[in-house]
Amino acid sequence: MSCLDTIADYGLRSMFSGYHQVHLPSADRPWLSFTIGAERLLPRSDFTLCQQFTLIGSGLIWNIYFGLLALLSGFFLALSLALGKASRIWALRKVSGGFILLFRGSPLFIQFFLAYFLFRNLKGVAPVFDPFTSAWLGALIVLFLNTAAYSAEIFHGALQSIPKGDLEAADAYGLSGWSKFRRVTFPTMLRLAWPAYINEAIFLFHATTLVYFSGFPAWQQKGDALYYANFFADKTFNPFVPYPILAGYFILLTLAIIGLMGLINRRLNRHLPRAARARLRLRPNLIR
Amino acid sequence: MAFYWSFGTVLVLLAITAPVALAFGFAGASAARSRLLPLRWLGKGYIMVVRGVPDIAFFLFFVIALDQGFEYLRHLAICPDWDQPVRRGNDFVVCPQAKLPLGNAPQVWHEIYGFFLAVLTFAIVFGAFAANVLFGAMRAVPRAQMETAEAFGMSQRQAFWRVLVPQMWVYALPGLSNLWMVLIKATPLLFLLGVKDIVYWARELGGTKTPQFTDYPHGDWRMWYFLALLVFYLAFTRLSEIVLARIMARLTHGQATAAGEAQRKAAA
Repeated sequence: MSCLDTIADYGLRSMFSGYHQVHLPSADRPWLSFTIGAERLLPRSDFTLCQQFTLIGSGLIWNIYFGLLALLSGFFLALSLALGKASRIWALRKVSGGFILLFRGSPLFIQFFLAYFLFRNLKGVAPVFDPFTSAWLGALIVLFLNTAAYSAEIFHGALQSIPKGDLEAADAYGLSGWSKFRRVTFPTMLRLAWPAYINEAIFLFHATTLVYFSGFPAWQQKGDALYYANFFADKTFNPFVPYPILAGYFILLTLAIIGLMGLINRRLNRHLPRAARARLRLRPNLIR
Repeated sequence: MAFYWSFGTVLVLLAITAPVALAFGFAGASAARSRLLPLRWLGKGYIMVVRGVPDIAFFLFFVIALDQGFEYLRHLAICPDWDQPVRRGNDFVVCPQAKLPLGNAPQVWHEIYGFFLAVLTFAIVFGAFAANVLFGAMRAVPRAQMETAEAFGMSQRQAFWRVLVPQMWVYALPGLSNLWMVLIKATPLLFLLGVKDIVYWARELGGTKTPQFTDYPHGDWRMWYFLALLVFYLAFTRLSEIVLARIMARLTHGQATAAGEAQRKAAA
């Protein structure tokens, strides 16, 4: 079997187990039909290098899904939390501070477990919570809250270090309230926070590998990249192939994140003269 | 009862790993600033590789890799006349005398060996992080201090041990305390390494118990067990913060930094 066949069979294995017929309305024909899916059974013996590359890469879809959605949604919660922590209202400050402490002070791994069993108990109370026990939603919520807490701390730090002169200048121009925030506070904060935020994004993508090791079940062996790497390491009893493949994929993913976020960074700092633009310094990741 | 002991397991792991990782870090940082090119490459390569790769993957990888590495070395040493290949298809076979721990060893040795592997894995991974912090700290010590040492006629080695090492700690501590917090939060990953730690017992004990198998039947309590773990970690983190702030105040004493100067003024 050639490698292309393997890719066709297992490329989408992390999302499908078995094939599905899809019918879509189409312009010239009544229905556009095609088949989408993947082999139901994972390979059992004679594991080829191609199979390992394909399946681990297929699992990476989940890592990207979790990371991207959590990052996008977490951004907004983080912003509100950072503003809340810097607010003049006592209660708002305490609530935001407590939330940040809770999620930054405890291991993400434990948070996953706690959330999973919490959702399971809630499922017994109301069937609405049914989808929450599966990874695609439940783990996403945990990651969303977690990254919001970490980013909120970054944004709060940036908020504190906005140059005093900028705010005074805004006052002198007669800006206040929302327009002051939108035109001065927010852009400056984002600029200051961005390098640290890139780090947080890299962290987050690496943290997504924890999902399938923390209670959330991988139904029908649909898992993320680490799940498949672990599968191959268990089956072949040879960790020296699947884990380096995984590492390679993640290094590529990290480089892609740095590239994308670096573009945003360029845009954020586009008003500065070229020489004054600080070179992005990246401190690689720790575990959370 | 085993559940309560497992808290001890976590604390023991932290207590052993922290100094070992620091030693790894110190060796790595010293190598990275060595004047010998290969040694410098070795130190920098160690820091780069471990930090660049996803962490959990590293944990999963190292436990098997180290185990197989040890067994293979023993295999080479103990039974040199073994003629079959070690890697047979999907199996890894060494001669029975080279098994670690020996097949007939009591269960407790298996657990101790597993724990030892976990400590080594943690030390390797966190050693790289520590090496990075210490490398930065060594460079942060003011150049004038080293020049003074040279002016006093100290050799390279003397200047390193008597001037650089005592002074670098104050620069390294913020990074190291951050690392300590991260290390605390990495301990639940022990569960993935096959050690029976608090996560393992929380899952075991919290699960539904039916009256056939136990005198104390209860429903699914795992949620509450994990809530307890969450509180444990929060409290431990908070405690560490307080202790580290104390140590920082002690180390800052008499140092030529802004905080040290502030301390001197406050006392005067």
